[in-house]
Amino acid sequence: MAKAGNDAAFVEFERVQKSYDGETLVVKDLNLSMPKGEFLTMLGPSGSGKTTCLMMLAGFETATHGAIRLNGKSINDIPPHKRGIGMVFQNYALFPHMSVAENLAFPLEVRNIGKSDREAKVKRALDMVQMGTFGSRRPAQLSGGQQQRVALARALVFEPELVLMDEPLGALDKQLREHMQFEITRLAHDLGITTVYVTHDQTEALTMSDRVAVFNDGVIQQLAPPDALYEAPVNSFVAQFIGENNKLPGKVEEIKDGRALVRLDSGELIDATPVNVDGVGSKTLVSIRPERVEFKPDLIPEGAHTIEAQVLESIYMGDSFRTRLRVAGSDNFIMKSRNASGQTRLSAGEKITIGWSPRDARALDPL
Amino acid sequence: MSDSHSIAPNTASAETAGPLKTADGKPLKVALARAQARSRRRAFLLVAPLLLFVVITFVVPIFQLLAQSVNDPSFSRAAPNMVEWFAQNPDAEPDEAAYAALVADLVEMKKNRTAADAGTRINYELSGSRSLFTSAARSADRMEAPFMEAMLDKDEKWGDPMLWQVMRGASTGFTINFYLAALDMTRDAEGNIIAAPEDRQIYVKLFIRTFVLSALIMLTTFILGFPVAHLLAVLPMRTSNLLMILVLLPFWTSLLVRTTAWIALLQREGVINSLLVSVGVIGEDGRLSMIYNQAGTVIAMTHILLPFMILPLYSVMRPIPPSYVRAARSLGATSFTAFWRVYFPQTVPGIAAGGLLVFILAVGYYITPALVGGASGQLISNLIAFHMNDSYNWSLASALAALLLFAVLVLYWLYDRMIGIDRMKLG
Ligand SMILES: Nc1ncnc2c1ncn2[C@@H]1O[C@H](COP(=O)(O)OP(=O)(O)OP(=O)(O)O)[C@@H](O)[C@H]1O
Ligand SMILES: [Mg+2]
Repeated sequence: MAKAGNDAAFVEFERVQKSYDGETLVVKDLNLSMPKGEFLTMLGPSGSGKTTCLMMLAGFETATHGAIRLNGKSINDIPPHKRGIGMVFQNYALFPHMSVAENLAFPLEVRNIGKSDREAKVKRALDMVQMGTFGSRRPAQLSGGQQQRVALARALVFEPELVLMDEPLGALDKQLREHMQFEITRLAHDLGITTVYVTHDQTEALTMSDRVAVFNDGVIQQLAPPDALYEAPVNSFVAQFIGENNKLPGKVEEIKDGRALVRLDSGELIDATPVNVDGVGSKTLVSIRPERVEFKPDLIPEGAHTIEAQVLESIYMGDSFRTRLRVAGSDNFIMKSRNASGQTRLSAGEKITIGWSPRDARALDPL
Repeated sequence: MSDSHSIAPNTASAETAGPLKTADGKPLKVALARAQARSRRRAFLLVAPLLLFVVITFVVPIFQLLAQSVNDPSFSRAAPNMVEWFAQNPDAEPDEAAYAALVADLVEMKKNRTAADAGTRINYELSGSRSLFTSAARSADRMEAPFMEAMLDKDEKWGDPMLWQVMRGASTGFTINFYLAALDMTRDAEGNIIAAPEDRQIYVKLFIRTFVLSALIMLTTFILGFPVAHLLAVLPMRTSNLLMILVLLPFWTSLLVRTTAWIALLQREGVINSLLVSVGVIGEDGRLSMIYNQAGTVIAMTHILLPFMILPLYSVMRPIPPSYVRAARSLGATSFTAFWRVYFPQTVPGIAAGGLLVFILAVGYYITPALVGGASGQLISNLIAFHMNDSYNWSLASALAALLLFAVLVLYWLYDRMIGIDRMKLG
């Protein structure tokens, strides 16, 4: 969404399907359109088809059905070396017989860039990933994280328009990882690079991206900006995959004025926003974020249904309290309250009444 | 940043602390060596039977061969008096005493039936000497002094200074003359090393031919084997295993059968020639001679040695993930550049191993050139076999074999210098 108004799609997947063995679809009906300069993250569990999508976009796997277009041209009509796609492979794919510096110089050499220019660019790229002193090492002499950084530098050194990264930070420690996240987003935005980024890590996806595509089982479950994804998940998979989430199973009793009344399996009635329910009488899973759950009567909106809860444990988290509650027969209901001045600290065994704004409880598909 | 911080203090402390010690104060190296000694002993016991086998069947024969190549005692043992005279008169012309010693030895030879052996030894370096010895030995006990005159009467060849030179050489048992012969050199009557007569220079030419043809076979197996190995490496495991069986199929049929099959295919009236004639590519009298010459040797040996090139190549190609070439392509390399700069260099250890293997096998190959090589397609091993089986000149055969061994060791050394033995991958 960074460069909205750029209406011509730069990267486009249209009804793409992919099968490796002719029996199962690894990617099922994928539609995606990216404007130039966008930072899009593919997020999803292992085996959900993320790498496959990247490989198809890079032109190394052909789609079984559908079209993939880069800048309006079918990807299969552009030979790989003319595509100008920088790529960070999941297994790094650093050339083992070349030094780090030679690895980085490779894309520049094949573009016939002069020696002095080449050396300057290689040095700049290595410095960017804090690997400036490792230029003469072989990839085998680097740690996993160092290899990852070199792979990243190599994908960026020739200033491609589109960069595909397959879990480029998976092997880094937290500190370096955060630094690199920042560096990658900064570079992508400064250079106007369109980026497709693959990760398992939802925090990474939320903090870096313009939009996130949540994958499961070869299907994009939701494609939305991070805040929408977190606050307005369209189905239970997304709600559970992104962030912490309380789920209450029940049945829709009534839908009125954009509000649903849900009868929980344990008998209580709660309010929710109908998002992904078939109608009155259908089963549903109500999802509520822990930090939207309130127990002080003055914070619960007027007229909202409330529900009884018993405190099982309360954990001091510094900036917040994390309280585990028994609610509607489940022992895993989490409430997060900010450690504001004057906050009441609950203790185990206490009985409380909890509630929430109906806006924050989303009635989703029952999975 | 984080790793450079964490690494730097470690290295600094390791440098200043001196030799490392274990918790109970023993030097780390000693403790490690002790811990490893046990497992090393066990490993040794496991290989001991093989080691013994190799020593008995391989190392000992090689040393025997090397000894044989510089030593042939069949003359020195049969002629003790001559040996003594040669030892006492290092430079002198043969005198009456020398002939007396000769006759005394001939008498002994007759008694012990060693004249033929001794004559054969001399015959290696001076042809016609064998009969000289056998016939002289027959009449030696009837000879009377002066022996010089008597012997020259019997056959004036006994006065030939060349003969005396050869006998002097043979009298020590130890000699480098077999190596000289193997390198087309000989000694003149004064004992100087000179080139052998033109018409007897065959070995060097044959060594060169052996190496040239082996190199050619290595090249053709590489050209044919590389694409096949690549195909095997990129195909799915199931398909490639199936194709691998085809590659290995030749190993399951007898070498003799395969070689004979080539005869059926390649001879003038054979399948290929007949096919070409019937298609009209060549005329009836233009039939190609593809066998009983060098072409036959190269074709048949390429076929036989091909698996030895494919297997090492396959073993280095299989683990190369496709992402390397993909990465190169995505970085802007054309498919040729990606192949040449990224894929090919990673196959070099396999190429070198396959090349070395094929070359060494080809250099020592015997049966195939013997069957399909004709006169021009014979290799050095065929001549070694000739000297072993037909002329019984084992010392010359040993010298030729030792030279071959030496050449192969030089190649091995070169390989180690250029590629590194530790990088060799044989499959
Ligand atoms: N070359 C291939 N041949 C056959 N099946 C494949 C191949 N590559 C991937 N698959 C299958 O396709 C599915 C999706 O794989 P993909 O590599 O795209 O997953 P992913 O989302 O990248 O997972 P991860 O997060 O673990 O990397 C998996 O079930 C995998 O087994
Ligand atoms: Mg993947």
